[in-house]
Amino acid sequence: MNSRESILARIRANLGKPSGEPNQQEIMAVLEYLNSHPSGPRPHGEWTDLTERFKARAKALGSTVDEVVSMAEVPNAIHRYLEANALPKSGICWPEFAELTWQDAGITLAVRSVENKDMIGITGTFCAIAETGTLMLLSGAATPAATSLLPETHIAILDATRICKGMEDAWNLLREEKGKVPRSVNFISGPSRTADIEQTIVIGAHGPFRVHVIVVS
Amino acid sequence: MHFKANASIKLKDSTLQQAMLKAKGKFVDGRAAAVQELGNFEEIREAGKSIRNRALENLDVWLLRFEQEAMARGAVVHWAQTGEEVNRIVLDIARQYGVKKVVKSKSMVSEECALNPALENAGIQVVETDLGEYILQLAHEPPSHIIAPAVHKTREEVADLFVAAHHTERKTDPTALAHEAREVLRPHFLDADMGISGANFLIAETGSTVVVSNEGNGRMVTTLPRVHVAITGVEKVVPTLEDFSTLLRLLTRSATGQPISNYVSLTTGTRSADDPEAPEHFHIILVDSGRTKLLGTELQSALRCIRCGACMNHCPVYQNVGGHAYGWVYPGPIGSVLTPVYIGLENALDLPQAATLCNECGVVCPVKIPLPDLMRVLREKQFEGGMRPWTERLSMKAWRWTALHPRAYALLSKLGAKFLQILGGREKMLHKLPGLDGWTDGRDMPAPAGETFRAAYARYKREASE
Repeated sequence: MNSRESILARIRANLGKPSGEPNQQEIMAVLEYLNSHPSGPRPHGEWTDLTERFKARAKALGSTVDEVVSMAEVPNAIHRYLEANALPKSGICWPEFAELTWQDAGITLAVRSVENKDMIGITGTFCAIAETGTLMLLSGAATPAATSLLPETHIAILDATRICKGMEDAWNLLREEKGKVPRSVNFISGPSRTADIEQTIVIGAHGPFRVHVIVVS
Repeated sequence: MHFKANASIKLKDSTLQQAMLKAKGKFVDGRAAAVQELGNFEEIREAGKSIRNRALENLDVWLLRFEQEAMARGAVVHWAQTGEEVNRIVLDIARQYGVKKVVKSKSMVSEECALNPALENAGIQVVETDLGEYILQLAHEPPSHIIAPAVHKTREEVADLFVAAHHTERKTDPTALAHEAREVLRPHFLDADMGISGANFLIAETGSTVVVSNEGNGRMVTTLPRVHVAITGVEKVVPTLEDFSTLLRLLTRSATGQPISNYVSLTTGTRSADDPEAPEHFHIILVDSGRTKLLGTELQSALRCIRCGACMNHCPVYQNVGGHAYGWVYPGPIGSVLTPVYIGLENALDLPQAATLCNECGVVCPVKIPLPDLMRVLREKQFEGGMRPWTERLSMKAWRWTALHPRAYALLSKLGAKFLQILGGREKMLHKLPGLDGWTDGRDMPAPAGETFRAAYARYKREASE
């Protein structure tokens, strides 16, 4: 027996199941559960306005949030943010934002894979979770994962209609729209941090120092 | 492995005591606030327990489902029975792809295997990237906590380690130290050939491994190098994405008091046309190494553990002696249960005794593992196996005899109480307990009042009937 067979055999023996392959009944029980994928108990909370809840929770976890009414306003909003924080006005973005009027807003953006020198990374958001103020990003050819990881500042553009109540709703959205999980599903809740030295919180461990969310409502 | 001896040393280590004191309040208060905010923690806790039980009761079927889904997406799934087998598999993968440098995010299973020395002996450079683990790699020490590995180190100690390793100006500010580590480690992420991660969960529905972290090193390690290896225990499988979401609500709150960690990442499959920048190769190693031995035994519930560390954060013994006293990878109450099973009860003689059975751990465990009950089971096994000292066994026998003979018990306890009362003298304090000096090594024991419980009970009864 190889290790795989030994481990599986030991599991069955110790659980008091007959030896050999799992029987039809066991497999059916598993499939049935997978097909129904029931939701667990959700946290109590009286909040109904998803955008307000998202904004409050995101800020509580160290993100900053701005709100604009249309996509056309995004470049100016980002310029304001960069200006206010004395950050460089150049970086990279996902292809879906290549056509925005960046130059008019005084921002120089490249549409390409991230390099270590890039200071600003601008991404979209698959959806967001109001419960915890979390962004959900899916990796892909047009949505590279490292754009939200290597630069010191991550700016995420979020369509307000894509704010879900809890993570379970985000999974349903993923199942409906994509059918399968990509290589990486990244839930991001604020800037990178560590408390490994004397439990003192330090922002900017390995990932971004700043996460700025532009909610487009 | 001698907990008792280690503990005495740790209690006298003033640097350690200073570090432990700082950590204690933050973990306990943080968890309490985060749990409160949820409103229905108990309900979610019950659900978490059921999810873990469901997975364990059909563990083989869920693992096979996980394997099937992971392989369908291009991952290679390995099964390892021992730590040595894990190391062999990782070395084979490293050779296959010509790996020279490995970046690692936190993996307690790799600590079980002693993977780093195995890789280094084969000439492969290994860089730990979790800040705490990096500090310990420089100090050549094992972690003392499962989520805050360097909790026993003070900032001064970290400062000295960084000066020695980086040849930079000495700094003691945690922010400056963390940012220095960021600068030093970034190039390693960019040029490593292989990333090794653990997995907080395996999701059977999708064949995904999950890494929960705050620093972002977990994302780097699973995103940037061309080869990704995830190493985790077979018990980590959960059925669905929803089940994972329920457990995540429990995990981060119980661990650090956060409603969610900064980064929660699901990793599935390899590079494809859909994701041309993903790692080319993804290997998942499912590790047994003693775990399946617990199935079907009265200790099975220990496999529900989601490794949050709440049991150690709340343990009065851990709070005072730190993780290293426990002698192996997993400290605290969960370690006192797992270590004897993983490395043999005879090799961890006093671990099941390394607790007061106060049940603080049982109360905070997010998946309701009855840790004191499990330690009691192990104590019984030790006693039955003749693994306790003859003095203890003899006194247990004597106590058993008196408990079965009420008159003898009454007489002996009366004499004993009287004797101790005299011994306590005018101070009414015992500085040394005859035959049991361990109890009075670090504290005094108040002398008994003289009247035994039985005598008091009889007196009250008499008085009430008058």
